[in-house]
Formats: sequence, C-alpha cells, structure tokens
Amino acid sequence: MSLLNIENLSNAIGDKAILKGLSLSINAGEIHAIMGPNGAGKSTLAYTLGGRPGYDVTGGSVEFDGKDLLELEPHERAAAGLFLGFQYPVEIPGVSNLQFLRESLNNQRKARGQEALSGGEFIRLAKEKAGLLSLDMEMLKRPVNVGFSGGEKKRNEMVQMGILDPKLAILDETDSGLDIDALRVVGHGINSIMRKPDKAVLLITHYQRLLDYVQPDFVHVLAAGRIVKSGGPELALELEREGYAHIVEAEGASA
Amino acid sequence: MSALPVPSRRQEDWRYSDIEAVASVWPLPEPTAITVGEGEEAAHLLLQDAADGSVAVHDYVIDVAAGGNCIFHLLNIGGKLGRVTFRVTLGKGAHFGLHGAMIGGGTQTLEIITSVTHAEPDGTSEQVIRSILGEKAVGSYLGRIEVARHAQKTDASQSVKAMLLDRTATANAKPELEIYADDVKCAHGCAVGELDKQALFYMASRGMEPRAAQSLLLRAFVAGVFDGIADEEDRQRFESAALAKLDALAHRGDAGGEGA
Repeated sequence: MSLLNIENLSNAIGDKAILKGLSLSINAGEIHAIMGPNGAGKSTLAYTLGGRPGYDVTGGSVEFDGKDLLELEPHERAAAGLFLGFQYPVEIPGVSNLQFLRESLNNQRKARGQEALSGGEFIRLAKEKAGLLSLDMEMLKRPVNVGFSGGEKKRNEMVQMGILDPKLAILDETDSGLDIDALRVVGHGINSIMRKPDKAVLLITHYQRLLDYVQPDFVHVLAAGRIVKSGGPELALELEREGYAHIVEAEGASA
Repeated sequence: MSALPVPSRRQEDWRYSDIEAVASVWPLPEPTAITVGEGEEAAHLLLQDAADGSVAVHDYVIDVAAGGNCIFHLLNIGGKLGRVTFRVTLGKGAHFGLHGAMIGGGTQTLEIITSVTHAEPDGTSEQVIRSILGEKAVGSYLGRIEVARHAQKTDASQSVKAMLLDRTATANAKPELEIYADDVKCAHGCAVGELDKQALFYMASRGMEPRAAQSLLLRAFVAGVFDGIADEEDRQRFESAALAKLDALAHRGDAGGEGA
C-alpha cells in the first residue's frame, strides 16, 4: 500500500491556479525526487501537503498512511508522521531550538497517545541527532535559526527531522545554499534518518548534485503544475545534461 | 489630597484612559515619592495585579541625584483600569531604567505614562515596554522626555513594542521629545504587530499545537523584560504572574468565541 497517494491535486493561491491535476504515489521504503523549472509549483506542492494557510486545495485528494491528509490541520499532519523541510527555515527570536523541539515532539507524542519524553531523554536524543549532522549542541540552545548561516539552517532542519522521526519527509530544496561539505553531511543525514523500509522521502530540488548523495528510486519532472515525466535515477542525469526545456517541450504536447 | 477636578480626555495624559473608572476613585492619593541620593543605587518593583473590575492607579515621583541610579521593573496586568505613571527628574550623570510589561484582555485599560526630565548633563534613561493585548483591551504608553537646555550628553532611549492578539484590541504608543540641548542622543522605537504567521506555520509543521505555539511566541515577546530583577524570588514571581496572565489570555474564546 502506498504511504502517500496524491490524485489529481489542484490548488490555488488567491485566484491563481498553481497545481493543475498532479498525481503521485510514494511507497514506504522509496525515495522520490521532484525536479523542475522555476515556477513549476514545486514549493507549492510542499506547502500544500504541509497545510500552509492560503494554499487552498481546489480539487483532487491526498491520502497519507491511510488518512485523508487534507482533512488534517498542519500540526495533526506532523503528528501523523509528515515532516516538511523548509527551503527558507523560519527564525524565531526568543525561543530556543531545544524548547521548540521538545514542545513539538511532546505535542506529537500526546496526539499519538504516547508519553512525553523527560528532559533527560530528550537531551540524549537531541545530542545524538545533532552529532549525526555535526551541529554543535550549543547551537541547539540558541533561538531557532536566529543568526544561523544558510548551511546551519539546513542542517538544523535535518536535526529536527532526526528528532521528530517522521514517516515521510518532504524536503524543499534542502540542498540550496549548501557548500560541498555541508551537502555531504546533509545527504548522509537524510540517508541515515530516512532510508528505512517503513519510511519515505520526497526530495524537491533543482539540481542533480544532492542526488549524488541521496540516490532516488524515482525521479519526476514537474512543469506547469503537473508531473510531465517520471523515470529512474537516469532521468535526473538526462535533465542535468539536456535542461528542463527539452523535456518539458517534448512532453508538453500531452499537457 | 488632590483638589483638582476629575481629568478629561482632552488632557494629553488622560487621552486613552478610562475616565469613568478614574472618577470612581477620585481624588487620587498623593504620589509615592522615591528619592535616590547622590551616587546611590535603587531598585524598585511593582506587580500591579489588582482584582478583576477594580481600579488601580499608581503614581510615582522619582528624583535621582547626581550619579544615582534607579531601576524600576513593572508588570501591569490587573483591574479594569491599571494605570501607572512616573514623573522622573535626573541629576548630573544620573540614570533611570524602566522595564515594563502590560498584558491585558477583556475590556481592560492599561496605561504606562512617563515623563522623564533630564535636568542636568550626562544623564541616561532607558525605557523598554512590551504590551500584549487581546479581546477589547486597550494598552497605552505615553512617554515624554524633556532635555533641559544645558543637559548636554544626555542619552535617552525608548523601545516600545505591542502585540495585538485580536483585531478588537488597541495599542497606543506615543513618544514625545522636548529637547532644548543640542548634543544629545534620544532614540525611540515603536512597533505594533501581530503574531508572526510564518513562525506559527513553522511551529505547526513540527507538530506544535496552535495554542502551545502562540504561548511560546508570546513568552518570547516579553522574555527579557524581567531579566534585570536581581532577586531570584522576585523575578520568578513576576515571570509566573506574566505567564499566568498569558495563559488566561490564550484561553480566551474557550467559552464559545473564536479559537486560537
């Protein structure tokens, strides 16, 4: 059974239609990559699945782990096992990372009927995941993303993912703003946290380079609000070689 | 005892006040006088959490002599009218610091009114005010700073930020500078805002319930105002009173109004 099943999804921001009948199915144990030109709707897809206010669904359905995802509030989606990695992680002055994450994790656990983690248990977990992403524990004591470099913000996203331990991670341009070393660390983090038989990842990216570290099982091309082509990892290499225009045009006739 | 008539809203200092409430306790008692001697240091606290529906007016007249230092921490949260005023005069090289928070809901009117006179050179004053207002509450800060002609090298700052939880709440912030000297620094910043929607979505995307997210953001907003209270017990008393008031505000609407 698929973990995520998107059927014919359409949405609008204000009165502008962005997604126009997008379908995609992801099974547990799989890593999918969505690539596509600017303005294709990649980030819109991520935000819509996350339930961001203002991203109104106008048609279609999304089933996640047996639940109607679109019926759930954003925090309920997280508790159901969805994680959204932000392209631009938000800064929250005055709230420490640890406080933010502990509150988030324990809210999720409460929603699932699990007991809250104690302070000690939580710190051990946070240390382990920060270590995995080579992020200094001191950074986790600082306010959320405030004064973090672009690379630190992205590593922090992955530490959060590690701590929250989702079933499905949708990572929106997690590779943007990373240098080569940070890219390797983040790629390794994604693999060790998410490459498991009961989990899945949807990588949204412009470039092939992250896919060198996190090998996708499937690659999809998103253009003008729908998936216009799907294939294996070789499709990403073809895109890198030939550019989007070539493939979008070739598939455009049917769109 | 004050022989003056009940004030009207035409008077600047009473412009946003609840005159009916004031009239009910008029005439007001004499102000509390605080005198800080030459080179002395003083720290004062006021936690104004009068009972619901009551009227609380606190007036202070503060004189800080040369080289003296007076720090005042204020939490203004109680009563249907909670009004705290300061008339401060600073001597040469003297310092006045006011660190205050107002948290109001219902139909509360909360006010902090200051008038700081830099009468001599080299004086400094710092005012940090944070307000959180929900429902139909009105929170006002009126801050006058006067710098006398020969009070050169005066350094005065006002930082005033208000957070509105509902469209029906009101924040007034009005700095007023009267500067007669020419070599002074007077910085003032006012901002009225709402909870950061991007931050709220980010927190929700991590699984945080809306109410928990709102509470964390509000705590962060007033955090720091009471950091300077030296006595640990006092600091905790102020912080827990602020948190309790915030919690009460977060539960507003539970009885059938709008959700968080």
